[in-house]
Amino acid sequence: MPPPPAVPVLCGSCGAQRAALRRPKTGQALCRSCFAAAFEAEVHDTIVSARLFQPGETVAIGASGGKDSTVLAHVLRLLNQRHGYGLRLLLLSVDEGIAGYRDDSLAAVQRNRGRLGLPLHVVSYRELYGWSMDRIVQHTGARNNCTFCGVFRRQALDRGAVLLGADKIATGHNADDVAETILMNFLRGDVGRLQRCAEILTGGEGTLPRCKPLKHAYEKEIVLYAYFQGLDYFSTECVYAPNAYRGHVRALLKDLEAIRPSSVADLVHSGERLAIRKDVRLPVQGTCQRCGYFSSQPLCKACVLLEGLNRGLPKLAIGKTNRLQKALLEGEKPEAGLETEENSRKASWIGRTIDF
Amino acid sequence: MWAFLYRDCFKDYFVHKFRAMLGKNRCIYPGEKVLLAFSGGLASSSMLRQVQEGLNREAAKKLRFRPGIIYIDEGAVCGRSLDERENTCRQVEAILRATGFPYHLVFLEEAFDLPTSVLNSLSHSAAGQPPSYKEAVADFTRWQQQQQREKKRDDVATSLEDRLAECSVQGCCWQGRLAALDEAGSSLASHTQDLSRLFAGVKSLTAKEELLQTLRTHLVLHVARRNGYTKVMVGDSCTRVSIKLLTNLSLGRGAFLAMDTGFFDSRYGDVLILRPMREYPAKEIAFYNYLFGVPTIFTPGLDTKASDRASIHLLIESFLCKLQLEFPSTVSTVYRTGEKLSAVPPEAQPDVPTALASCLLCLCPLDTNVEDGSSLQATLLSEKLSQRPPAAEGCCGGGTQAGCCREPPAGRETSHLDPLLCYGCRLTVKELSCVESLPPYIHQEAERQRCRAAMKQEIQEFLLDDDA
Repeated sequence: MPPPPAVPVLCGSCGAQRAALRRPKTGQALCRSCFAAAFEAEVHDTIVSARLFQPGETVAIGASGGKDSTVLAHVLRLLNQRHGYGLRLLLLSVDEGIAGYRDDSLAAVQRNRGRLGLPLHVVSYRELYGWSMDRIVQHTGARNNCTFCGVFRRQALDRGAVLLGADKIATGHNADDVAETILMNFLRGDVGRLQRCAEILTGGEGTLPRCKPLKHAYEKEIVLYAYFQGLDYFSTECVYAPNAYRGHVRALLKDLEAIRPSSVADLVHSGERLAIRKDVRLPVQGTCQRCGYFSSQPLCKACVLLEGLNRGLPKLAIGKTNRLQKALLEGEKPEAGLETEENSRKASWIGRTIDF
Repeated sequence: MWAFLYRDCFKDYFVHKFRAMLGKNRCIYPGEKVLLAFSGGLASSSMLRQVQEGLNREAAKKLRFRPGIIYIDEGAVCGRSLDERENTCRQVEAILRATGFPYHLVFLEEAFDLPTSVLNSLSHSAAGQPPSYKEAVADFTRWQQQQQREKKRDDVATSLEDRLAECSVQGCCWQGRLAALDEAGSSLASHTQDLSRLFAGVKSLTAKEELLQTLRTHLVLHVARRNGYTKVMVGDSCTRVSIKLLTNLSLGRGAFLAMDTGFFDSRYGDVLILRPMREYPAKEIAFYNYLFGVPTIFTPGLDTKASDRASIHLLIESFLCKLQLEFPSTVSTVYRTGEKLSAVPPEAQPDVPTALASCLLCLCPLDTNVEDGSSLQATLLSEKLSQRPPAAEGCCGGGTQAGCCREPPAGRETSHLDPLLCYGCRLTVKELSCVESLPPYIHQEAERQRCRAAMKQEIQEFLLDDDA
């Protein structure tokens, strides 16, 4: 007697079609259309309940070519049409200038632009700062270059969005990213960031508001959604970035998830409910004296890093920069030459305003 | 010569730090009864020694409280035989008796006899503190003199009957209760089976650890109240505090980190939990114990011989210890981050009269009000979407197919306790295969809280002040 053929598992939601996956978040067996519907419904609920957008707003979607931003762009366009948010959506990419890496990821963004029909704008480090990431690495070596890139990218996204006249920036940070950041900030003792990193809508004081529509989506579900929707994305890690400390935390998060699948959501819940004592002194936000960007120091981090690069002393900006900040502030006044150079650089930068 | 000097200096530093920790927080009044939670581990053994040093008549600025000790035998859930348990209890008793302090040796099984008042923080609001510290000092001095007079009287007339009575107060009757654990027909033996059944039905080691901690805390609270202790000291070290911070963060208990790890924990009202060892690194404690011959007892826990990935607690402990090797300031940074957290929930503003409901199990203020855009809201939506009933002609149409919706939706069995639990305790209860296995006092208190909530709902429109 041959064994009976295996009975196919049916979708736990519609009960009609064959189940194609088991949801990481709920453990439920679903068919592809029910999974897509649930995923989209959850993102929509997040957008509505957190009041992320207002009708008529222009939203710049940070597009790196990776899975998160690709899925974000796709879902936002879909929900914008389906639910009538009334948003004008744009794709905004940052070109760090890493040969053999960013070219391929930007090519993926180009393909998505064609598919989604959204305008794409690219800002590069070279245009904004005069330094490509490849050239920065030549000067700083493999270590610490992530510090430059992280600071520059964040500011580049803001500057690019301002140039485009956007009202908000949407990033593809998912639940795993938020959980990871909570752990990182706790381990590093960064209380200021610990207070902010679980928020879904941030900014508004001297900087464009940023939101995370995928904040409650699990990373694995984002990959599943991209797979079943046939979305094309670029998934290679940056060639310069073995970020050792974050690697430890990422490994921990994977282990936590293996032990208790809801750990990611549990960490995010914890982060949302943390309360800092009122007597703890937190950094006060101001503006940079040189470029006007928001900063808790007289000079923002990007300007300090840039000054180090331009002086041929990039390591000066790594670590404690109080002395360097003071020297820069005091040295600015008597050196008319620096001011002239700064003006000429600014003029040429304005002359090359991005056309959109 | 140098070694000798170093040894003495280390001891002075260590002992002074303990008294300074208590002194600067000023929360134990002279004459107050303090219950020391003893497990036999390095930190609680060291804590016991510090209290002895501090109460020493010769010590300058000596401590002025009246200590008692509690030890809980958890052998039933750790798979230990009755003989093993008896041996451990004898060793523990030898240590406790040597201190001269009154002690209470109890079994985890006794949690099944707890009253519901353990879970009702309202009936235990903090007792009024003495009007002034000086007056308390005077009261303590009088009590001390009375003790000395009584001691002289005892020396004169020591009789067998008196010694037996004293023995009873000291908790010598644990042998009888231990024997009862294996005696057919006795209530304690029935509780042993109840306890084994309860823990056998817990699906993960993580949930077992949390449940064990909950029952242990309830038992300590009950013994403290019944014997008039207003303070309980637990021996958490700096290292243990850091591990607990990250562990509880991962368990969804972010709102309660300050209560779960702070120097004092006031959620229980009349009994305050203190952590006087929390500034000592575990290594320092081990070194002190080794140098000065502090006796300890190893008892296997739930997680003994388990791998690093058997539970979240073990995973975090392993992670922090390894990270500490590579980045030596990890533990102290995590500890200092924890110091900056507040015990007051952000929503509970002083001007708002509404009192937050407490979790049925851990008695922390509930953190399960659903805020817009929150992780909890997203989780509830996901669960709701997965509860959607299948179409009529769906998989049950055939009638003979196995699986599919024959299994009840996940979490249905625990839903009746969920509204009374905080986020973290819901996760623990969710992993019980049978919620009914929980001790009776928990179910009774749940029922009482539900009745009270329904009562209040009925008369809501007539209430002028919210007494919760």
